[in-house]
Amino acid sequence: MREELRELYRYRELLYMIAYRDIKVRYKQSIMGFMWAVLMPILIVMSGVVVRYAYALAAHAPLKTADIASVAVKSLPWAFLVSSIRFACLSLINNKELVTKIYFPKEIFPIAAVMASFFDLLVASCALVIFLFVVQIGWTPYLLWIPVLVLTMVLLAAGIGMIVSAASLFFRDVKFIVEVLLTFGIFFTPVFYDVGMFGEKGKWLLLNPVSPILDGFSAVVARHQSPDLAWLAYSFGFAVVSVLGGYIFFKHLEPAFAESI
Amino acid sequence: MSDVALRMEQVYKKFRKGEVYNSLRDLLPALTGKMFRQQELNESDNREFWALQDVSFEVKHGEALGIIGRNGAGKSTALKILSRIIKPTRGRMVVYGRLSALIEVAAGFHQDLTGRENIFLYGTILGMTKREIASKVEQIIAFSGIEEFIDTPVKRYSSGMYARLGFSVAAHVDPEVLIVDEVLSVGDFVFQRKCVERMKEVICSGAAVLFVSHNLRTVAEFCNRCLLLERGRLMMTGSPNEVIQSYMQSTRIISHDDSRAVEISQVRIRNRQGESVRFESGETAWVDVEVTARRPRTKMAVVLFVRDESYYEVFNTSTERLGLGSFNLESGETFACTFELRLNFANGTFHPFVAVYRYDTETLLDQMELTSRIYIGSESDVRGAVNCFPRVVRHEVLRVTSGASV
Repeated sequence: MREELRELYRYRELLYMIAYRDIKVRYKQSIMGFMWAVLMPILIVMSGVVVRYAYALAAHAPLKTADIASVAVKSLPWAFLVSSIRFACLSLINNKELVTKIYFPKEIFPIAAVMASFFDLLVASCALVIFLFVVQIGWTPYLLWIPVLVLTMVLLAAGIGMIVSAASLFFRDVKFIVEVLLTFGIFFTPVFYDVGMFGEKGKWLLLNPVSPILDGFSAVVARHQSPDLAWLAYSFGFAVVSVLGGYIFFKHLEPAFAESI
Repeated sequence: MSDVALRMEQVYKKFRKGEVYNSLRDLLPALTGKMFRQQELNESDNREFWALQDVSFEVKHGEALGIIGRNGAGKSTALKILSRIIKPTRGRMVVYGRLSALIEVAAGFHQDLTGRENIFLYGTILGMTKREIASKVEQIIAFSGIEEFIDTPVKRYSSGMYARLGFSVAAHVDPEVLIVDEVLSVGDFVFQRKCVERMKEVICSGAAVLFVSHNLRTVAEFCNRCLLLERGRLMMTGSPNEVIQSYMQSTRIISHDDSRAVEISQVRIRNRQGESVRFESGETAWVDVEVTARRPRTKMAVVLFVRDESYYEVFNTSTERLGLGSFNLESGETFACTFELRLNFANGTFHPFVAVYRYDTETLLDQMELTSRIYIGSESDVRGAVNCFPRVVRHEVLRVTSGASV
């Protein structure tokens, strides 16, 4: 595995190049271009606001700015995860020519897909920062947790991305399964709602490794608290295992890619 | 520079024919089915076939090795193993130095990017660093000859421009080991010559080149050594001319059994004195051909063609083209004919071939190379394929008188 990682490092320029290509093509291709980065999160945020507004009506309580901020700050990482997995899943199949014709470490494709989605996340984050500034959500030292939360998210996305990309190369219906899971995943993940709303039962939701990360974002940005460290450690552990497991799984199947695609 | 650049050691590659489950929907029922029918597992052994068996060879730096063989002989498999895209089932492949494969030009292009952007993308895919490409990008653009369109998205390119840009990038990689697969057939004649020159430069710079091609002429021109693959086995190694010769002879075997409906039963080439192989340039020769039918066949013609030393066809005719029409045979019947030829070939060795062909359905019924070559010798030193019987009828030295314009 050390040898393989060294090879991946040797091919880093290709990794940047493929990620750059994906970004460039996405932003060039259509009017969607730039919108893709911003529109998707905005849609998620808006649906979240609608859901939150319904909660507030049902509870006869006013809709607080902090709630909207919480939804917004969780939507972006969720959009990132969804788009990473979606693009990673198709990354090998869409680059069939390169997979079957030229040698290089193929994990470059799913990783580049995650990098391209990360770029979208950065673009959307700029918009989010402006929004948070406007609603005067304020500064807190807990914001220093954000890099850790982002890193956990990226590792998780890369791990899952590598697994689904390799799996979808061998089984064509994997991409449909992934698509369905991504569509309905939002209901099992605290994006629109908060874990706190479930009281004691909330910890069942936290078993979903994405939940503690999103809850962490909400905690540090909207509630100005420390994230739940035990649960964050659980997510981080899960992310590390998924990225290592995903990498080993991917490398194990890689020799058969060209023959099976 | 005589060190080994690439070595294949007893490489075997096995493929599986038959059903492959490429969706979970098919796989899951198949797996549960398999649990109840254990005995079927043995069947899978028959579905396997060896694409390569016990192939070993090495290539040294500064050497160009050609790999030839018929379709399905294992060339593409060998190529994919060489370029490390697939792994051998058994055996080992070692590369010393930077390997680059020109397997299919422009596989790495992206439609929506401009020519210039694609140079960077494809260059990186082929293993160049960004800095390296930046230093060569002007050279690459100039080589491709499409300066005007370099900032246009490649989806608007013609297929020729596309291929030219692809080759231009690939040709500037400066590899230590280069694998080339039929990529020299892109572009127009001028561009092809440019490519050939560039390939020769690469070889001269001390790189090891592996050349896989159906174009025997190019193989003969480029390579110092040649391999012949047949049904996954390495049949022969040697000088390109030797190997190409034995390859051409082996093409007689269209099918290995007696199932051929029509067979060339006799061929003979003779001059005025009788059977011969040595001819004067311009001499007349006669080729006697007999074709025997095992089963009735109609609308056939006997084709006679001649290839030069690098197996490039230099002459082709047939009974039908000569105005004789086609002939039909009942089983057991024999068709005999004699061609008369004036051998206006230049000095050298030529390979005569005879074939039985049906033009309207384009079916080749039998083909064979005559065991005897035609050796042409003449007093005048004429090079090339044909002898135009040249003479110098006037010669003088013209002096430029002072003051005259050039």
